[in-house]
Amino acid sequence: MRLYGPSRPRAVAVTLTGLALLVLLMAMNMRIGDIPMSLAEVLRATVDAGDPGHFVVMDLRLPRALTGALVGAALALAGAITQAIARNPLASPEILGVTTGASVTVVAGVVASGSAYGGASGLLLSLGIPALALAGGLAGAVTVYALAWRQGLDGYRLVLVGIGVAAVFTNIKYWLLTVGDVNDTTRAMVWISGSLNGRGWEHVAPVALALSALIPLTLLGARTLDALRFSDDTVVSLGVRVNRARGLLVLAAVLLAATATASAGPIAFVALASPQIALRLIGSGRPPLLASAVLGAVLTAAADLIARTAFSPVELPVGVVTAVLGAPYLIYLLVRLRGKGR
Amino acid sequence: MRLQAVDVTLGYGDRVVVDGLDLGIEAGTVTTIIGPNGCGKSTLLRALGRLLKPSGGQVLLDGKRIDRLPTREVARVLGVLPQAPSAPEGLTVADLVARGRHPHQTWYRQWSSSDADAVAEALAMTGLSDLADRPLEELSGGQRQRAWISMALAQGTDLLLLDEPTTFLDLAHQVEVLELVRSLHSSAGRTIVMVLHDLNLAARYTDRLVAMRDGRVVAAGTPHEVLTEELLRKVFDLEAKVIPDPVAGTPLVVPVGVRH
Repeated sequence: MRLYGPSRPRAVAVTLTGLALLVLLMAMNMRIGDIPMSLAEVLRATVDAGDPGHFVVMDLRLPRALTGALVGAALALAGAITQAIARNPLASPEILGVTTGASVTVVAGVVASGSAYGGASGLLLSLGIPALALAGGLAGAVTVYALAWRQGLDGYRLVLVGIGVAAVFTNIKYWLLTVGDVNDTTRAMVWISGSLNGRGWEHVAPVALALSALIPLTLLGARTLDALRFSDDTVVSLGVRVNRARGLLVLAAVLLAATATASAGPIAFVALASPQIALRLIGSGRPPLLASAVLGAVLTAAADLIARTAFSPVELPVGVVTAVLGAPYLIYLLVRLRGKGR
Repeated sequence: MRLQAVDVTLGYGDRVVVDGLDLGIEAGTVTTIIGPNGCGKSTLLRALGRLLKPSGGQVLLDGKRIDRLPTREVARVLGVLPQAPSAPEGLTVADLVARGRHPHQTWYRQWSSSDADAVAEALAMTGLSDLADRPLEELSGGQRQRAWISMALAQGTDLLLLDEPTTFLDLAHQVEVLELVRSLHSSAGRTIVMVLHDLNLAARYTDRLVAMRDGRVVAAGTPHEVLTEELLRKVFDLEAKVIPDPVAGTPLVVPVGVRH
């Protein structure tokens, strides 16, 4: 008799291949800098504490590469959860109010602090902005959640409310950008397009912490996420406390997206595209969690590599590249979904 | 009594559908709720399956308030097949049926051989073993309905609530599904509550009929007791002759016309 049950050789293969690719991409990223290095030099400088390049690699290049990978992973995992909850491949943490909330708060903070910020205040740059972004992201999520909640959390309603709130936040953001001092707004623009420039260990730590706590928790919730794909009556009859389950999973997605955004700004499309690419590579029913996270890291690392090399010596913010890559993908998704009646 | 509604008031928002209804479901019986569209029969079934919280009164499962029992514990005893259930796109029959094991799994024991056994057995009982790897949308309506019943079976409950399990099926497939329901009852003594529209099939495959109108129970008893010409008038505004079913001997409703 054949055994029925989950079998995931393909998910394991995709995840492992992704991890290998990620290490390679990070190493290639770490070659770039004031002193270009070969891959061998990067490797030697990483493992050998006595190597002259050790400080540069460990204190500048590795944290930047790690921030990119971890932020990508966190965004993609948040996207995978959101898409499964909303039963909608176009859902992303953007509709949870996180990224747009963070953008508004950061722009407001930068514009309000004015020339004080312009005066090379490194402290505000490294600590103030992530804190502002985290607070704004969480506030945005609370706004969406409060407006979407009606005797329960309905995926469809969440998407509609989320799109509405995102539009309002985005417009406030643009208004702030037009009234602010041009020097401030230029700095703000770099942040709100999502950048990994100058990211250090202090940006790695929060995302690493969030991921190490939330990856195991969401993996434990994967079974519930499977059940939540059915209509509510079926979910309840399977013994799932549906509102509590949905609320906890959304909370995990919000925390992941908010910490990621705090570290690198709202990097576009990673959360939207990675889960869908992972889904197609693996052929599972819903976005796979771990594989999505790994692909999110790969995508961000690859985008950062392109951002730094395509127009060398000019370095683009990584979010610009993910947006340029992501937009056609979004159109592809829309075209593919058209006429399906949902 | 396995399942009992005590003075329940049910509704959606401000709209009251069922007001102060009492009903008891005896262990080991097949009960069918009948009644005109909008009489509250599906609403009642949803409340019995704790999918809808009563605004008044209570539902008792084995004598205990169902809303105070952990929902997972309820799911190990009581299976519900909602009306016209929808599955995510691309789901295979085996995936669907495997979902039925959810209430038996925990975060530290996500899939075990007993789960696999239960799924294989549920597929075999519904005659779907050969179709296990087919996506649900490729199945015929009757096969799909059997797949959903199979999922409820994999849940391993001895109490099953089926909301219009024969909707959208042709007559042959309706009979097929009801034969399956009947065999689930006779082979393992399961207690089954259904909502059906076809009175003649309800009479044939049911131990007890409950006739509802305007959110109230008008009559309850054996098909012979309930399906009378007078009751059809009272519940459905239908003029009809009731004759013995030439095959099963159960009441057979032959409509004459609608009373105005």
